[in-house]
Amino acid sequence: MIGLWSVPLLFALPLALGILSLLVTPAWRPRLIFVGLPLLAVASFDVLARLVVEGPRIYELGGWQAPLGINLVVDGLAVGMILMTTLVASLCALYARVYLRDYPPSSSFFWPLLWLLWAGMNGIWLAEDIFNLYVGLEVMGLAAVGMVALRATPQALAAAMRYLLAALLGSLAYLLGVALLYATYGTLSMAGLHEAAAPNVTTHVALALIILGLLLKTALFPLHAWLPPAHGGALTPVSALLSALVIKASFYILMRIWLVLGPEVTPIFTAQMLGVLGAGAVFYGGWMAWRQHHLKQLVAYSTVAQIGYLFLFFPLVTGTGPEAARLAWDGTLMMLVAHALAKAALFLSAGNLILAVGSTQISHLVGISRFRPMSLFSFGLAGVSLMGLPPSGGFTGKWLLLHSAILSGQWWWLIVLFLGGLLSAAYIFKVFRMSFREGPQIDRSVTPPLTLDVTALILASAAILIGLTAHLPLFWLRLGSAFGAG
Amino acid sequence: MSSALVFAWSGVLLFGLGLFGFIAHRHLLRRLLAFNIMGSGSFLVLIGLAQDGRGVDHVPHAMVITGIVVAVASTALALVVFRRWYRASGRTDLPEDT
Repeated sequence: MIGLWSVPLLFALPLALGILSLLVTPAWRPRLIFVGLPLLAVASFDVLARLVVEGPRIYELGGWQAPLGINLVVDGLAVGMILMTTLVASLCALYARVYLRDYPPSSSFFWPLLWLLWAGMNGIWLAEDIFNLYVGLEVMGLAAVGMVALRATPQALAAAMRYLLAALLGSLAYLLGVALLYATYGTLSMAGLHEAAAPNVTTHVALALIILGLLLKTALFPLHAWLPPAHGGALTPVSALLSALVIKASFYILMRIWLVLGPEVTPIFTAQMLGVLGAGAVFYGGWMAWRQHHLKQLVAYSTVAQIGYLFLFFPLVTGTGPEAARLAWDGTLMMLVAHALAKAALFLSAGNLILAVGSTQISHLVGISRFRPMSLFSFGLAGVSLMGLPPSGGFTGKWLLLHSAILSGQWWWLIVLFLGGLLSAAYIFKVFRMSFREGPQIDRSVTPPLTLDVTALILASAAILIGLTAHLPLFWLRLGSAFGAG
Repeated sequence: MSSALVFAWSGVLLFGLGLFGFIAHRHLLRRLLAFNIMGSGSFLVLIGLAQDGRGVDHVPHAMVITGIVVAVASTALALVVFRRWYRASGRTDLPEDT
C-alpha cells in the first residue's frame, strides 16, 4: 500500500502544520497556507482518483491491524466530505489571510487552530471505529472553541464558554454510549458493530446516549441555544468554518452510526422523533432568523433552520423501501454539501457587507446595492441555494428529499420542505429589501479587498454549480455505502 | 451482582451525580468539577463493564488513557476561558439571556 500516502497525509499534514505554526513568528503563520493548501488539495484529489479507479477500501494505518492499529475508511462518503472540507476551508483560509490583518492580536492564534480543526475534521471523516470518532470530535471541538474565543471580548468569551460546556456534555454522553456498545459487543469497529448489532436494552440505551450527545453538538432544535452567539459573534472566517463544516461532523457521525446499527436496531419511533425535531428546527430557526436585526445573527439562525432539513434523513431512511432510502441518502448529502458551500459564502459575503458599511445592523445596509453589487451578488447566489430555488444545490437536495417523502408515503414532510423554503426566502429578502432601498447618493462605504469578494463569490457559485452537475458527485458519494453504486 | 456490574453501576451513579451538578450549578468552576466527575463515571463504566467474563482487556485501558488526556485538555481550556471571562466581566457564571 505504498501508493496510499495521501490518506494519512490528510490529517498528519494539518497536525504538523498546526504545531509548526506555533513555533514560527506570527508574521510567518499565515504564509504556511501556501505550503499546506496545495498539498492538501493534491492529497484530496489523489484520494478521490483512487476511489474512482480502485473502489472503496479500508486503510490500515502503519500496517497495524485493529484493535491495536487504527483503521481508516476510504469510501465515497468519506472522500466527499474530505473534498468539501478542502474546498471550503481553503477558501476560508485565503479569506482569513486578508481579513485578519485588521485583528492583529487574535489573528496569530487563528492559524494553529485552523490546522488543528482541519486535522480533527479529516480524522472524523476517515475514522472507521467509534472511539476514533470521539477523539476526532474532541480535537475539532476544542479547536472550534478556541476560534470562537479569538475575539476576546466579553461576549465572545461567554459564547465560547457556552459552546465549550455544550460540547463537553455532548462528548461525554457520546463516550458513555461508546462504552456501553463496547461492553456489549466487544468491538469498536463499524464493520464489527454492523455484523453484531442486535436490538436489546443496552444497545438502545447506548443509541439514545449517542443520539443525545450528537444532537447537542449538531445544535438541533431545541438544543441549539449555544449556536447563534458562537457562530454569529465569531470573526467572519471562523463563523464560516463553524457553520459550514464543524456542525456537519457530528451529523456525519450520527448518520454513519445509524446506518451501521441497521434497520433492526434503530427504532422507527426515534427516526420519526428526529424528523419532528428537524421540522421544529426548520420553523423555529427560520422564524428567529427573520426576526434578527444583526446580519450575522440572521445567518447563524439560518444555520439552525438548515440543520433541520438534514434530520429528515432519519424518518425517510428507516423502515422505507430501498428506492426511497436511496433518494433520502442522495437528498440529504446534497443538502449537506450545498449548505456547506452556501453557508460559507453567506457568512463571508455578510462579513464583506459589514466591512463595507461598518455596522452589523441590517438596517444600515440601506442603499448598499448601488455601491457594493458584488458582495451583495454573492449573498444573493448563496441565498438562492438556501431557499432551494433551481438550479442550485439546495433545490436538487430538496427535490430528492421530496421524491423520497412521496415514495415512502410520508406526505407530512412535504409541508416542512415547502414552508421552510418560504421562511428562508423571507429572511434572505429582508436583507435584500434594505439593500435596494434608496439611500445616500454619495458612496461612504469602504471597499473590501478583492480577495474577500472573490472567495465569497467562488463559494456561492459552487453552491449553484453543484446543483447543475449533481449526478456525478452523488454517484461518487454512494460508492461503498449501503445504497450501492447503481 | 458481579464485580463488573458493581463498577458499572458506580460509574453510572457518578455520571448521574455529575450531570445533576452540571445542570443545577451556575458557578462555572462547579460545573467544570461536575464535568470531571461525569468523565470519571464514564471511564469507570468503560473499564468495569468490559472485564466481564472476558479476562483482562487492554482496549478499554487505552481508551480511558486517551479519555483522561482529552478530559485534562478540555478542563485546561475551560479554565483559561473562564479566567479570561472572569477578568473581563467580573462574573463567575454565564448571563442567562442568549
